[in-house]
Amino acid sequence: MIKPLRHLLLIPAIAALGASAQEDGGGAFDADGFFVPGSDEAPGAGGERGGEFDADGFFAPEGDTDPGTTPTDAADAAGAPDDELFAEPEGGGLRFDDDLADEFRPWKLGGYVGAEARWFFEDARYPDQLDGFQPSLLLQPELSFETRDGRHQFRLTPFFRYDAQDSQRTHFDLREANWRLVGDGWDLLAGVGKVYWGVAESRHLVDVINQVDAVEDIDEEDKLGQPMLNLNLTRDWGTLGLFAMTGFRERSFPGAGGRLRPGLPVRDDDAIFESGLEHWYPEFALRYQHTLGGFDIGAHYFHGTGREPTFVPSADGTFLRPRYEIINQVGLDLQYTKDAWLWKLEAIGREGHGSPFLASVAGVEYTFFGAFGGSADLGLLFEHLYDGRDADAPPTAFDNDLFAGARLALNDTQDTSLLAGAIFDPSDSTAAILLEAERRLGDRWKVELEARVFAGPADEGSAYRDLAEDSFVALRLTRHF
Amino acid sequence: MKNPYPHPHPPSLTLAVSAAITIALVVGLALAPLARAADPRAKGYAIAEASDNSDNGFGDSAVKLKMILKTSAGRTTERVLEIRTLERENAGVGDKSVVVFSSPADIGGTALLSHAKLVTPDDQWLYLPALKRVKRISSKNKSGPFVGSEFAFEDFTALELGKFDYKYLRSETFAGLACNVIERYPKYQYSGYTKSVGWIDQADKQLRKVDFYDRKGELLKTLTFKGYKRYAGKYWRPHQLEMVNHQTGKSTVLLYAKYQFGAGLRGADFVSTALTRTR
Repeated sequence: MIKPLRHLLLIPAIAALGASAQEDGGGAFDADGFFVPGSDEAPGAGGERGGEFDADGFFAPEGDTDPGTTPTDAADAAGAPDDELFAEPEGGGLRFDDDLADEFRPWKLGGYVGAEARWFFEDARYPDQLDGFQPSLLLQPELSFETRDGRHQFRLTPFFRYDAQDSQRTHFDLREANWRLVGDGWDLLAGVGKVYWGVAESRHLVDVINQVDAVEDIDEEDKLGQPMLNLNLTRDWGTLGLFAMTGFRERSFPGAGGRLRPGLPVRDDDAIFESGLEHWYPEFALRYQHTLGGFDIGAHYFHGTGREPTFVPSADGTFLRPRYEIINQVGLDLQYTKDAWLWKLEAIGREGHGSPFLASVAGVEYTFFGAFGGSADLGLLFEHLYDGRDADAPPTAFDNDLFAGARLALNDTQDTSLLAGAIFDPSDSTAAILLEAERRLGDRWKVELEARVFAGPADEGSAYRDLAEDSFVALRLTRHF
Repeated sequence: MKNPYPHPHPPSLTLAVSAAITIALVVGLALAPLARAADPRAKGYAIAEASDNSDNGFGDSAVKLKMILKTSAGRTTERVLEIRTLERENAGVGDKSVVVFSSPADIGGTALLSHAKLVTPDDQWLYLPALKRVKRISSKNKSGPFVGSEFAFEDFTALELGKFDYKYLRSETFAGLACNVIERYPKYQYSGYTKSVGWIDQADKQLRKVDFYDRKGELLKTLTFKGYKRYAGKYWRPHQLEMVNHQTGKSTVLLYAKYQFGAGLRGADFVSTALTRTR
């Protein structure tokens, strides 16, 4: 935008002064650009004149009915301490400030810093593993820049955790470091990015682009940044995403001293790759998404190094080596939304991990809005998990499991919420139970409480054998900026 | 295919009878506007329609606002959000909008996309930036509080003309302005209101006040609109909204910054997949 034009555009607005007696101008905009109510709010204030914006969206003060009052006085009288937003037609020293007038902030800094304490209340199953408290510190700044026309976006989101007990959990990652070019009905992202695919809650089966940052938590919701070129086309028939990737990210694992690991520690710097190109094997993915009435439809194809590893014992039998294979995967994710019901399905077919297999998560979410006669919402979740993979494929606990959960959102000003859920395996009577509670403290602090309990027999072959003593409670306090 | 509709008039009718009916119809049609003017429902609709039409052609808009939540004890909490709106394609559908939160900081970047419908439920998606997840959510939650405020979801999303039946009540002066007072009855399901009463000024046809009545028919909330400014010579926007809950004593004030019109927003910016570009 060219600055002098704005002054030209003021002319029609000034010409229109007094066009309406119904404008109630007893207010002004403050330095942040928000409306500040005027002092006169009595009935009849509607007749008071304030000002008007020109076609370009800039405020132009109206000539006051009192000839002795300047526009600046009017703004002051209206209770606005800062009047940078207001044009001063007589050139009284007030100017437009680009940022203030347009409310456009090219740079944004967000993110959080926090502290976490995990408490494992049972003795470790394996020697070397830590007992009791596992304190750590977290930092994730999020820096973004956007050009005024919105065509270019830059994002930088580094993540760092310092863990006092497990050196493998002390780690750094670039969650995002990318540039996005936004066109008319298309956008192109280049750099390290993060995407989320899918609709289910208990398992994220179709979400194959980003590697799991497994050292963070075992819910597979923390992901590592993935280098990519991603072109998205948005048309009447849906959104088509094309991904070209390389620079494979290896899954993170707890160290020998960490909890929530297999019997032998996984050495993630000693991986085996099916492809001789190792990390640099070229990967492709295709993603389609569309909404048709109550249906949200997603489909994908992925070819590349599978994010899930199999494990190979080292020659001396003291640790496990992750092995990454080339896979082809097609998948579908579907949600049907009707009234308070969400019907969900995620399904994949994969080849490259043992024999070709199918896996699925199918379920339903129902929400009681205004539950218990107040403003809280209670959501109930049920999902069935199936996975047909064989023993040559990466291990999974979700071969034929049931998930049930409940989510309570109090809808208060502090966004208090509670989540309780459990995944049961009827074949071996094991269960992984989760409890989560969170609440904002003041404007910038947030406290989260998380408990995971692994219940049931810990005998050979049961899904949580290695984790049977790893039930824990975690308390996390973060400050957001 | 068999014509499912009955024949317009029996073929045995004589030409004269036919002509008489035609004349009666023509006269009836000519008199209909007069009859409608006297019908409070038609008049109420016409007033609401004129108010709705005063906004036609705005295209798209973007505005930042500060939401101030006040407890009955006077304790306040603030939120900052931005609302981007794309005008409806035609009178048969509603506007599309995205609400993006920038504070409180822990929910910064969270966005709600709505495709307003007339009587069928709106389509809504929630974007959770921490996971980069877009989730289609139920829009049955009409009467629930919008982010802990005294505004319900329907106060934000149910602003389409076709979502209500109307009835003209009276004309009276409010805040120094000659206003028409009309009742609105929600036609969509799951509203928390049995009715609302709106004051629309006669000169500029803008809402000045709305009283909301709960499911028991008791006065629940009052919304007042202040700080009206006009953009591009024709589009009126209030810059201070206050919703007072009479039953709890809590209130919520919305203070708006300047609106940006013609920001070049397009349909492709209002699909669920575009939410991941939110910052």
